[in-house]
Amino acid sequence: MTGFGPDEFPLAIALIGCATALLALSGIPGLFLRHRPGWGQNFAAAATVVAALAGLSSAVSLLLFPDPSSWLLDWNLPFGDCEVAVDALSALFLIPVFLVSACAAVYAIGYHPAREHRDTEPGMTFFTGILAAAMVLLLMARNGVLFIMAWEAMALSAWFLLTTDRGKPEVQRAGTVYLFATHIGTMALFVLFAVLRTETGTFGFPGIRALASTGPATAIFLLALFGFGAKAGLMPLHTWLPAAHANAPSHVSALLSGVMLKMGIYGIVRVAFLFQAPPAWWDILLVVMGAMTAVLGIAFATSQRDLKRMLACSSIENIGIITLGLGLGMAGIRRGNTTLALLGVAGAFLHVLNHSLFKPLLFLGSGALIHATGTREIDRMGGLAKRMPTTALLFLVGSAAICGLPPLNGFVGEFLIYLGIFSDARGAAAPWPALLAPVLALVGGIAAIGFVKLYGIAFLGNPRSPEAATGHEAGKAMLLPMALLAILCCVVGVVPQPIIRLVEPAASSLMPWPPAPGGAIATLPSIGWLSVASGGLLALAALIALLFRRRLAAAPSAVAPTWGCGYLAPSPRVQYTGTSFSELLVNLFEGAVRPDRTPPILSGLAAGASRFRFAPTETILDRLLFPAFSVAAGVFAFIHRLQHGQMHIYMLYIFVTLFLLMIWAH
Amino acid sequence: MADTIIHLLLALLMPPLLLGVIGKTKAAFAGRVGAPYLQPYFDLARLFRKGSVFSPTTTWIFRAGPVVTLAATAAAALMIPFGNHPAPISFAGDAVLFAYLFALGRFFTTLAALDTGSSFEGMGAAREVTFSCLAEPTLFFALVTLARLTGSLSLTGMLTGLPAAVWLGAGASMILLLCGMFIVLLSENCRIPFDDPNTHLELTMIHEVMVLDHSGPAFGLILYGAALKLFVLGAFFVDIALPFGASNPALEWPLFVFSMLVLAILIGMVESVMARLRLVRIPQLLVAATVLTAFSMLLILR
Repeated sequence: MTGFGPDEFPLAIALIGCATALLALSGIPGLFLRHRPGWGQNFAAAATVVAALAGLSSAVSLLLFPDPSSWLLDWNLPFGDCEVAVDALSALFLIPVFLVSACAAVYAIGYHPAREHRDTEPGMTFFTGILAAAMVLLLMARNGVLFIMAWEAMALSAWFLLTTDRGKPEVQRAGTVYLFATHIGTMALFVLFAVLRTETGTFGFPGIRALASTGPATAIFLLALFGFGAKAGLMPLHTWLPAAHANAPSHVSALLSGVMLKMGIYGIVRVAFLFQAPPAWWDILLVVMGAMTAVLGIAFATSQRDLKRMLACSSIENIGIITLGLGLGMAGIRRGNTTLALLGVAGAFLHVLNHSLFKPLLFLGSGALIHATGTREIDRMGGLAKRMPTTALLFLVGSAAICGLPPLNGFVGEFLIYLGIFSDARGAAAPWPALLAPVLALVGGIAAIGFVKLYGIAFLGNPRSPEAATGHEAGKAMLLPMALLAILCCVVGVVPQPIIRLVEPAASSLMPWPPAPGGAIATLPSIGWLSVASGGLLALAALIALLFRRRLAAAPSAVAPTWGCGYLAPSPRVQYTGTSFSELLVNLFEGAVRPDRTPPILSGLAAGASRFRFAPTETILDRLLFPAFSVAAGVFAFIHRLQHGQMHIYMLYIFVTLFLLMIWAH
Repeated sequence: MADTIIHLLLALLMPPLLLGVIGKTKAAFAGRVGAPYLQPYFDLARLFRKGSVFSPTTTWIFRAGPVVTLAATAAAALMIPFGNHPAPISFAGDAVLFAYLFALGRFFTTLAALDTGSSFEGMGAAREVTFSCLAEPTLFFALVTLARLTGSLSLTGMLTGLPAAVWLGAGASMILLLCGMFIVLLSENCRIPFDDPNTHLELTMIHEVMVLDHSGPAFGLILYGAALKLFVLGAFFVDIALPFGASNPALEWPLFVFSMLVLAILIGMVESVMARLRLVRIPQLLVAATVLTAFSMLLILR
């Protein structure tokens, strides 16, 4: 695909290195050009696009022509060699980082223009670059300490980004919860790398399936599941995610949701596949967590009233599907079922790429909606398809893709997972994976409820508020990245073979058996037929549309108001709202979703005006974690006295601690 | 080749006849003469000649709804075998595409309903997506069971490769599966006891209330699409229920047509002797169908 021959591979890695540096530096000119608003932002966007082109071409070439070379950097720190490398797994996860950060940087020019946000824009541009660079570095790191450094740089720059609107109390609360969650996760990672070091003797990463699954293997796996799972948003560690993604500026949400969550997945993959013969309960745990996360995530999403909170919850669902695929892959490896193993992992990886296409598309689209209407509440929008036709079309592609509908990309990823499940169900001795086909189908069904609601209420019907009635189309800088992502969604859906070729090296690098020559999945007859069927479906739809248009043109057509069933005084307020749309489902999931309902109080014969209030809650956060934390705060109040803000006494603490440690060491 | 042509002709021409037979059956039960068998064809022809009325609220999605729904259903019709003859398109995993094509159609039908801005149509759309989301797992339990029993991953293999031995060996499982699929067949096609396809303006309905605002050719497409969906899901049911092929391949086409007509009469009988369920009972019945098919899977997995 690119111009690199097999001999020039260091060039590809060097290009990724340069791209990282460019990303990290892209925001710096803006910090010094505050008197010329826009220059820094435009420079950053240009630099990010250049970095993305270099990085994407290198990552793709490394996937197509794998090369095991790695670099040792001299960093003079007592943590072993500073090793960076790009293997198939890293290269695969690099693709979303570069693609989405370029889209976000271009989008920011229209969405968060420097001229209107002179105080927040330079910082935001700077930290966007740092976030992207940190993620690239994290994917290349082969040393635990370097990994943790990149991980923290990523986590902290994300915090700075998502608290851009620092003035708002809900942003502050979201930022605090995020900071706690990410650091509790990081603590688990510190322990994880410490245990790994006692096991292997270095901070360097062991290769895939290099360790025996004895000794502390279980501890390592559980720590990884906790530390990385918290970042990925696996239930029940997802509590920070909806508020954080909803309150960040939209292009930042696209980066956080489309890319940063995948770093958690990357970590889980790296650690879970370190061991030679993991016990059965590992893959069962992954599958169960994945299924639970997917079902509950999408149930939460469907109950939301806030546009971005809903998208954030649906990211939890997608992470669940990815985890489910990984678990199936591990199960396939354990049981020696090559088809289930390869299709499960490849389906999960394809879903990683797919989710990084449609989720940023939807977040960028929601930014356009918020720009136009000034609200995030779905029930206050409506009728925007007329005022924002291009956004409406692109958003439709994203919504259909995320529901896994053919002929779009979301379907292809789920198709691979289904194919794995079915092939296992066909002949295996204990085909428990078969139970997951109905679960995935249920998830798809609920996703359709959520996204029909989101799209139908926000874009269709009559405007429900004056702001929605005067909404305006987004600018070119915002539409361009969205269009790119939407086109990719369609292309991958109809012609999935090239992207499957990209996913396959990463998937087969995790397999204990040699990869099939020429790519086993991309050349499957099913994939070819899928492509034919998708094309046929499009052709069929086009044919019917053509005949339908001719019929419409042949007979007279009139314009009349929507039939209101005889009701004489309709107003936009009469329309079905998103809350009513999802009510049936929310009732079914009452036990998990537990929305806060305040029913209207009617009294007397001629009852006056009354209000019904519906607010989805963060079940685990509100009912479990916050009460637990307030109990803990009461219990640990005495420790609070140690913290008083006097610097010299803090330094005394440090000195005393060091002194005691030295005595203990000798 | 001849098989493919017969398949296409059947899928193209036969669906409205099922509606006619159902109507005639219901009339017979009610002691009426009823409309002619070919009435649905006359209705379609008349609708396609009529003019249209469009609400100023609607956008292109309102027009795209019937088109995409029909295209998706027609594509599904190409993947389902009729009787013991293989389908024109068949590949490993086509069962998944089959299920998701109906989801695609539903996605656009419900969006078109919301496009009118009518609260009634919003209500219908909400019910449609919720109930079909409960029906989806049933279909997949059934597909997994069939894949396990026949060792095939494509609909053609699952449905034409279903020898009588499977029925004899796993009869209990097959009966549970059939019961579950019959419930799904009725609910997905909005038949009584889930929905009443003949009332057009009541708040207890699902499908008809969603298409209140469609008129002329657009309504014709919807009507035909609904008939085609009944035909396709009916063929799925008949293929499972009747694994015994005729000894002569040429005889299998009339056998298939005959069994489809029997199915239509069966549906008409169910509609005649049952009343529509209360809305709150529908999810319970759908979950019961899921449990039935889940049991059918467990029976063969043990």
